[in-house]
Amino acid sequence: MSSEANHSNNSNNNFVIISNEFNKNNPEITTTLAPPNSRHDHPLVSTFSSSSRLASPPLTKTVGSPGSPSTPLRRKEPEPPAFEKGIASEISANFGQMVQIIFIKPLRIKLAVEPPNIVKVATFLRDNLGYDHAESVAGTDYPKDDQIEVIYHLGSYSREDLAGQVLSIATRTNRDDARLPTLINVYKSVEYHERETFEMLGVYFEGHPRNERFLLPEDWADIPPLRKEFRIKGR
Amino acid sequence: MADLEDRINESQKMGMQIIKESEDDRLMTLSVGPQHPGSGHFRFVVKLDGDYIVHCDPDPGYVHRGEEKMTEYRNFIQNIPHLERPVIHDSTNITYSYSLAVEELTGIEVPRRGQFIRAIASELNRQVYTLYWLAIYGIFLGHSTMFMWPTGDRELFIDLLEALTGARVTHAFNIPGGVRNDVPNGFKDRCLRQISYYEKRLKEYEDIFYNNPLVRQRTEGVGILTKEDAIRLGVTGSVLRASGVPYDIRKAEPYDVYNEIDFKVQYMKTADSFARAYVPFLDMRESCHILRQLLDKMPEAGEVRAKLQANPRGPPGEAYRRVESGRGALGYYIISDGTPKPYRVKISVGSFRNMLALPHLLVGAKMGDMPVIYWALNYWPVEADR
Amino acid sequence: MIKDLINPTHFNILVSKLGDTLVKALDKPLGFAINWGRIWSLWPVHLETACCSVEFGAASGPRYDVERFGIIEAFGSLRQCDLIVVQGTVTRKMAPRLRMVYDQMPDPKYVIAMGACAITGGLYVDSYNVLPGVDGIIPVDVYVPGCPPRPETLIQGTMLLQEKIKVSKIR
Repeated sequence: MSSEANHSNNSNNNFVIISNEFNKNNPEITTTLAPPNSRHDHPLVSTFSSSSRLASPPLTKTVGSPGSPSTPLRRKEPEPPAFEKGIASEISANFGQMVQIIFIKPLRIKLAVEPPNIVKVATFLRDNLGYDHAESVAGTDYPKDDQIEVIYHLGSYSREDLAGQVLSIATRTNRDDARLPTLINVYKSVEYHERETFEMLGVYFEGHPRNERFLLPEDWADIPPLRKEFRIKGR
Repeated sequence: MADLEDRINESQKMGMQIIKESEDDRLMTLSVGPQHPGSGHFRFVVKLDGDYIVHCDPDPGYVHRGEEKMTEYRNFIQNIPHLERPVIHDSTNITYSYSLAVEELTGIEVPRRGQFIRAIASELNRQVYTLYWLAIYGIFLGHSTMFMWPTGDRELFIDLLEALTGARVTHAFNIPGGVRNDVPNGFKDRCLRQISYYEKRLKEYEDIFYNNPLVRQRTEGVGILTKEDAIRLGVTGSVLRASGVPYDIRKAEPYDVYNEIDFKVQYMKTADSFARAYVPFLDMRESCHILRQLLDKMPEAGEVRAKLQANPRGPPGEAYRRVESGRGALGYYIISDGTPKPYRVKISVGSFRNMLALPHLLVGAKMGDMPVIYWALNYWPVEADR
Repeated sequence: MIKDLINPTHFNILVSKLGDTLVKALDKPLGFAINWGRIWSLWPVHLETACCSVEFGAASGPRYDVERFGIIEAFGSLRQCDLIVVQGTVTRKMAPRLRMVYDQMPDPKYVIAMGACAITGGLYVDSYNVLPGVDGIIPVDVYVPGCPPRPETLIQGTMLLQEKIKVSKIR
């Protein structure tokens, strides 16, 4: 994926948050998960109604900016909130280049990790930062990048100040031979989610006790259904 | 003589051998299958040693309809009717979370009155769902009065929802941008009357069911899920709150107008099946307080939905929003690529997460405790399969 | 000749021929009574296929009481039932089990297809795991449309089934 290649080139910046000003310095970087052919801004609007106990400034909306591809609604990007920034800086202080921070929004942080490092990062998050369970595991097929992205959403039940935070870790692997290390020894709660990702997308999790069919019928003889080349009837 | 002794020893050895061989097939494999009064549309295979369960293996997927794949072929608004079918009687909550995520992606802002109506419909739906769950729990335990009373009482709530939305269970009421229509005349008074009647009924439920000595004997001390295990297994909703973790999405990450409502998170520390059956009851009582405040604070007039363009779309990006539904945190992870149809929708449902507690709790329990443990996990099979 | 009669195969044929004649003889005078008994005691199987089961549960509640029609869901085995209400979507995983349950029920048995998904596949007709209608695998007597059908619609469907049984020959 082009954004990951750019991250590794860009060794000075671990915080890659898209913004208009930033783009002027380094227009190559796109940190969204869209197909890399198009360059779009990252939408940072939330409909939280002033509930934050974090002092985040009100979001502003500007319509249309010169020199940008035409998208219907464009936003000016606010400063990332201080609390999440603290967490993100702690993570990048510990791991440096291994972890790229994709975005920091109020109550949502997203990291990108390479597959060999994911168990180490997850163990750090569980032991030191207090993210004690994984809420869900989602796999997405990107045929244009020839990759499959698997994203883990982590949450915390034990720490009060992390109550509404969701930290997402994303890894990417090839489509043809999709293998990823499993996080079941770090977070037991991913057991059934990883099994479902295996059967729906064909990603083999190394170390998972049962990479088997789970929800689909026993005689399923087709390609994994969530791949993009699997078309449903008549469409 | 030696010959006889030899023969006795040999036969003894053979006898021991015979017993040893049959120990291996002492376990009986039982399929608590889709056709079962005590399992719903779900199957799990248990291995029994006499009366005790030694191994359990859930086998979901009997209602897997491919929701996530179907969302990629319809645009954001067309997805609402089929996304609300996984939990047909809690349909406002499962589309609430979807609407919140789509609004974050496309930047639509919901008017204030619409937010209040959404929250009111969500609380009413929570009552409807919990009453159905309680009815089935009653009939699993053989308490048929507890089947009839909640089924009858939820008809009154369904009447309210029918007046509000037009349908009994599948409302298609929440859309990205607000709600479809405004409340009818006299709705607020009807609601308040229903709530005051209902609070008296809740006291009767407590007397007949929760203070029933047989129900208590069957559920207390059965299926203990400690706090550490609950956190480690990542369970959610009333199962988590019954194990002593006061976590509720409406308090942790307030969405819409919940930051203006004053309510307490109900939790218990005993962590057995009785606690898991009692916490939804406490939630229902708390939900009545929330409904009263919502009806009070709702603005008198205003728009109920934002004006949408023909095919709403947003810039590429992703959103992950959660809502507290009857079964726990219901999260939607939507990736959009700039077109009116979503690129990927992942639904993270409470039932699928709570399913992990089922093998953990059933191992070591008696077969007679199976319905008590299984249904107390607040598991709705259609939602877990999506 | 008596030995000939006691021969097992011949004896079976004799008994079944006697049975057929008996049924034909009883049809006129007692058919009405036997059908009346069947109509007012239709027992459904505990098989919930998908989301319409919620409306079926609500139909057993005190407001729309199906128990007054004899439809009670309080028994253990499906060998005692004579009605399958296919409640909702039938997936490819559930279809063999549905057929097995149908085969295990004794005659006479009736099938109500409840909900749009059981009739034609409904809202999920283009999904990869859903059968387009259940009448490809089991013979359906009454179709009850709706998504989900209201409990009153289900009751009307049951009454239609009752009409159908009333005019059928006993078997």
